[in-house]
Amino acid sequence: MYLAHAHLATADQLIGRTLLDFLNLPDSLVARSLFGVVVAAGVFVPTALLIAMLGIWWERKVAGHIQSRPGPNRVGPMGLLQSLADGIKLITKEDLRPAGADKLLFKLAPYLVFAPVFAVFIALPFGPDFVFEPRLSAGVFWILAMMSLEVVGVILAGWSSNNKWSVYGAMREACQMVSYEIPLGLSIIVGVMAAGTLNMVELGHLQQGGIHTWLIFQNPFAMLAFGVYFIASLASNKRAPFDLPESDSELVAGYHTEYSGMRFAFFYFAEYIAMFVIGGIQAGLFLGGWNDPFGIIGFLDARWRPVWQADPTFANAWPLMLLNIAGAGIFAIKCILVIFVQMWVRWTLPRPRIDQVLYTCIKVLLPLGCVLLLGAALWQLLIPPMPGVPWVDYNPYLPSDWSDKGSLGAYVAQMILANIGGAVVGTIVFWIFHARALDPTRRHKKRLTDPEPILT
Amino acid sequence: MNLPLAISETATATAVLFYALALMCAGSAVVVVVSRNIVRTAVALMFSLVGVAGLYFLLNAEFLAAVQLVVYAGGTLILMIFGVMLTSRSPTSRFEPSKSEVVVAVSIGVVLMVSLTAALLHWTRRNPPQSAPLTGEHPYAVAELGKALLGDYLVPFELASVLLLSVMIGAAYLAKGRRDLP
Repeated sequence: MYLAHAHLATADQLIGRTLLDFLNLPDSLVARSLFGVVVAAGVFVPTALLIAMLGIWWERKVAGHIQSRPGPNRVGPMGLLQSLADGIKLITKEDLRPAGADKLLFKLAPYLVFAPVFAVFIALPFGPDFVFEPRLSAGVFWILAMMSLEVVGVILAGWSSNNKWSVYGAMREACQMVSYEIPLGLSIIVGVMAAGTLNMVELGHLQQGGIHTWLIFQNPFAMLAFGVYFIASLASNKRAPFDLPESDSELVAGYHTEYSGMRFAFFYFAEYIAMFVIGGIQAGLFLGGWNDPFGIIGFLDARWRPVWQADPTFANAWPLMLLNIAGAGIFAIKCILVIFVQMWVRWTLPRPRIDQVLYTCIKVLLPLGCVLLLGAALWQLLIPPMPGVPWVDYNPYLPSDWSDKGSLGAYVAQMILANIGGAVVGTIVFWIFHARALDPTRRHKKRLTDPEPILT
Repeated sequence: MNLPLAISETATATAVLFYALALMCAGSAVVVVVSRNIVRTAVALMFSLVGVAGLYFLLNAEFLAAVQLVVYAGGTLILMIFGVMLTSRSPTSRFEPSKSEVVVAVSIGVVLMVSLTAALLHWTRRNPPQSAPLTGEHPYAVAELGKALLGDYLVPFELASVLLLSVMIGAAYLAKGRRDLP
């Protein structure tokens, strides 16, 4: 699937261009830069903070329910405002610094952790046009680069605190990073290889023909690579079971032991935003990006985009805008599902020792990643994938379109894999609801910790 | 509406960004040399590397910029800090170079700088800089790079990877031999 498609190459700046047109502003560099600043400050910062706050609330809810307790439920409906209350507490808290700490690095470290995670939002495709920089040709790689820069901040935080626990956390982070980085890259390459592009927007457009065109179902190796990436991404975000750098039962809080107030909150925010970003990579690279499982959004996009491109005015842009909003919703749902699985894993599995983590990453995931890479390459050689963009160059549901290009094998294989994947997800969902339905006490049980109404 | 931006405007922006990034690179590089604290040196080196990545971005070499960040700022630098943490006697270890070391280092640095500057001046005099399209779009630069590496430059590419492989095997052998020692 190698594309140099005019349709995609010009699919940029729908939002910026039409908004400037709508507001009757001249299209100059200053206007574009101002627009970028406004988007970054007015859209991405609140979005990121909202993601972090809701993520923290949801993590505590999920943890509570997995441990058979209600979780936060006092502040606001269902405890939704708990994170806000915690945030106010953290802002008003004293900003402590240990006497022996390296002052400059201690203050710098939280920003070095937070800024790269935030910079990832430049490339995340919330919709075909809801991307800050759609022409970033190294999009996937940019995200990887930013996620690996975050580690520097973590190590500096641990080192500059002048605390044994912190230094241990930082050293664990360093050796963990050295081991997970390679399987992480290898598993991403398997997905990228199936698509033939690193640009997140192109990746999304390539997967717009329904669930069988999603890259995870391109070949069986991509499915396994998704699993490898999921495990490695848990390690990359220091999430349990790989939360060795901050393992609170041994290292107090690891690298951020000495941080308090807003500086601590930066680390916390960075972790939850990174969870969303990892969900975004998995959604954008493997799970079809902003596309629905039936390819409806892709179909409409392929219909309406040429109309807008022929006459790029605001009047022609609003159907695409609506499509983008729907796509952003689907993208967010996919990210949230991945985040949920991350939380599920965290509150279910015990934490391995650091040598076990290194063993898993280097001796299990790394050879597996190499095998997957070879396997995916051979698979593409033997069963040629369908070239072109679904709905634009071919109808993804018509086998005759696929056989015309000699890719009937890919059609059959992808359909089988998509059905297997759908069946697995369906079984899990059915099992969860079935278990709930079988357990009548679950719905009516009066827990000891259920809150009593506060009497005044 | 869809006219390309005015060339002068883009050129100004490029120049401003270039000087900002160049200042960042050069300033951090000076800190790398001057700072006595070994970890602060590493941090300054990171800012220098990030600045170079920014310069690559300015030249539309996005893939190279991302590789620079992943390999140098993300990978090599962390290995360096890791090595410092493992090997230094105290976490606040400092560089205390002797006078002879300073003299040797400064003289090597001066010679290198003079020769590089002379070579660069000579080269630009012979090949005057052309107005290269710094603002053009290369959306498929990664694909071109891949084709070049696995096509025209296949032999050097494979030779380099064989070299790296042998280095890796050698490092593993050395690390393994060390374990038998008391």
